Amino acid sequence: MRKAVLTGKHFWYGNIAIAEGAIVAGCRFFAGYPITPASEIAEHISRRFPEIGGTFVQFEDELASIAAMLGASWAGAKSMTSTSGPGFSLMQENIGLGVMMEVPIVIVNVQRGAPSTGLPTLTAQGDVMQTKWGSHGSYEIIALSPDSPQEAFNLTIRCFNLAEKYRVPVILLTSETVGHSAGKVVVPPKDKIELVQRKKPKVPPEDYLPYKPDEDLIPPMACAGEGYAFTTTGLTHDEKGYPDTTAEAHEKLVRRLNDKIRRHLKDIVDVEEENMEDADIAVVSYGQVSRPARKAVGMAREDGIKAGSIKLITIWPFAEHVIHRWAKQVEYFVVPELNYGQIYLEVKREAAGEAKSLLIPRMGGKLITPTEIYREIKKVSEK
Amino acid sequence: MFAGFGGQGVVTAGYITGQAAAIYDDKESTLTRVYGPEARGSACYSGVVVDEKEIDYPYLLSPEIMVVMSQEAYEKFLPQLLDGGMLVIDSSIVKPDEQAEKYKLFTVPATQIAEEMGARVVANVVILGFVGKIWDGVSIKGLQESIKVTVPKRHLDLNLRAFERGTELAEKALKKES
Amino acid sequence: MNEQTIAEDKLELHPIDKWLRSERMPHIWCPGCGIGPTLYAWIRALDRVGIPKEKVVYVSGIGCCGRGSGYLDVDGFHTTHGRAIPFAIGLKLVKPELCVNVISGDGDLFSIGGNHFIHACRRNVDLLVICTNNFIYGMTGGQLAPTTPLGDRSTTSPYGNIEPSFNTPHLADASGAVYVARWTSIHVRRLEKSIAEAMEMKGFRYIEVLSPCPVSYGRRNKLPEPDDIAEWFRQSSIIRNGANTSEVQIEKEKPLILGNFVKRVGKPTFYELMKKLEEKVRGR
Repeated sequence: MRKAVLTGKHFWYGNIAIAEGAIVAGCRFFAGYPITPASEIAEHISRRFPEIGGTFVQFEDELASIAAMLGASWAGAKSMTSTSGPGFSLMQENIGLGVMMEVPIVIVNVQRGAPSTGLPTLTAQGDVMQTKWGSHGSYEIIALSPDSPQEAFNLTIRCFNLAEKYRVPVILLTSETVGHSAGKVVVPPKDKIELVQRKKPKVPPEDYLPYKPDEDLIPPMACAGEGYAFTTTGLTHDEKGYPDTTAEAHEKLVRRLNDKIRRHLKDIVDVEEENMEDADIAVVSYGQVSRPARKAVGMAREDGIKAGSIKLITIWPFAEHVIHRWAKQVEYFVVPELNYGQIYLEVKREAAGEAKSLLIPRMGGKLITPTEIYREIKKVSEK
Repeated sequence: MFAGFGGQGVVTAGYITGQAAAIYDDKESTLTRVYGPEARGSACYSGVVVDEKEIDYPYLLSPEIMVVMSQEAYEKFLPQLLDGGMLVIDSSIVKPDEQAEKYKLFTVPATQIAEEMGARVVANVVILGFVGKIWDGVSIKGLQESIKVTVPKRHLDLNLRAFERGTELAEKALKKES
Repeated sequence: MNEQTIAEDKLELHPIDKWLRSERMPHIWCPGCGIGPTLYAWIRALDRVGIPKEKVVYVSGIGCCGRGSGYLDVDGFHTTHGRAIPFAIGLKLVKPELCVNVISGDGDLFSIGGNHFIHACRRNVDLLVICTNNFIYGMTGGQLAPTTPLGDRSTTSPYGNIEPSFNTPHLADASGAVYVARWTSIHVRRLEKSIAEAMEMKGFRYIEVLSPCPVSYGRRNKLPEPDDIAEWFRQSSIIRNGANTSEVQIEKEKPLILGNFVKRVGKPTFYELMKKLEEKVRGR
């Protein structure tokens, strides 16, 4: 029988790395529905959970899957599901419930070509804005995007840590390219992996208010069966968790749900900067596109063009302070992405008045090449 | 690149190669795959990139070696091969035409050999043995270790023998060449 | 001395008060509504079986009945429309020692949540599901439900309903539920006994409670007074325990057949099968 943490070197597909990352993070509840190109995650978990003691359920649909994850998280389990566009769309309503009830869960979206059924077996990055705004209402959410199997493994663990810390659904926004490509994945020894657990109440049940936040705006979380007799609802509620459907209660609650993320931007946002010290042109990329983007920057440097790379590891909340800072130095932001302009809009917004922005759009289907990005950098440098 | 039709094990061959390079030869490697929606029968390939340092682009742009195990794959994917690159065909299935003249052509009757060994499914492993010998991207030792952790235990012996046959054929081919 | 203190001095606790969040009273339910009596029967059953409060979980969906989870002093989850069952499944599988109950309405369980209901029956997940069936969407103002009897009027079937309605006990039975019963909210004692019986079993247990909605259903269907529907139940009910569930379809002019219909013993639950699988895999 295999252990939970498979310390060592492996050659894993991105999807397998995600499943193993979840196991390492302590995920012991998985609910999902088959969908290309994400199914390998569920398949792998279904093989692994009986070995290590975890609950795997293939539900009747994605609506049930995400609802069950919320329930499981309220029972104290770290919970995950994996899906792709069509399934992610179906999950949106209960992502909102997760935001409102403040439930730590992790959703893996292995992006494929869209809209609709689109390109089931081919890659895209079209769900970036949906990830931010897919459920109704004004809310903040956390999303991370990996560019390789190793990063998929690492970021899955980080997704769980952020979900537990901030009591919010966290989305691993990956893609077919990462899911279906294999590479070296190093799993560190168990005691070298940092794991975060949700804050528990420190007061006796009679004093416990399930939605009374601490200084950091995050309320401690009791779980079902722990004797706290708490109630929770998707309705606007007060600190007791009781429905309070007034404008005042709504103002207070929705502000806090947003601010608990916004106020911790620097803790949550992670970027990788390369060759930026003297850069005139910054290539802003994320996920799978980061690899060819980095290569293209290298090609430009060889040509004497002062190009640099900003790789967004955290997609949401957006790294606005990072773009804002570099906007004072660079002349151009070049944004290659596998959609018709999504993160580009965020970059443009933050760069406004300081630097220009150029979108290199690809609708998906295949990954953009280093040469294609390099050509655009060169054009911009000649302007 | 390992190209063929679904069900021939071209993805497995790529996986074994990528794993050999990344884990047993301690290099960097990526494996990607391209195929249609059908689980079986359509032209597909797996691509392996091997490098000493971190790989920027995980997909194959112009492979230096291409294994072709079906006629459809031959016609569909051959133009991607780097000019002067190594072309390895399963000669029991694929008939090369004048296009092949641009490349360094090797013919291996892999499926026929595998059938003689009693299992058509190890044709990909015969080819792997051949590739391991003629291409320096991955080591024979690494490939053998990779096979050991990938194929089911009850079929290990057969697979290792098939691999051996591949390396023998490659030695002969290389001798003939020099 | 102010009025409040006098009232509290004279206050005598009702036997079920310990289960309620009294500070949240009065509740939102209308006079004549059947949800209150149903919850009363459920609470009495919890006491009868002797389940401690901290073990009880109440999961509800959306609708009038959905609000119930916020009135009980137990761990309560007011979820999204139709998703109470899968939410409860997640809870129960992680903490199998808890007594997890889904109490929700007919629209929530059989329209938007219908798929989850049949699959939960099929998997035999260890849940007690109680449906307060009032034949209508009450909270949203009286629209057609999948349980509205043929010919009845609603705000979206103003000329009379042309759709056949679900026979929910038959649906549960055919999908594999291990306990299936139907009562009405005026049969409080029998309902309490039935709930207690179900609570002592394992697996997917389903009890339909026919429940008056005088405001949204009764007013449009010639039963406008708070007790008209209760009177219809009283006059038309026939108790037939063990009845074939295919013969209990609700039709307006025919008797309402009530009773404990199905009791399957020995069918393993999803959790038990999962644990067995775990043993098998670990033993390899």
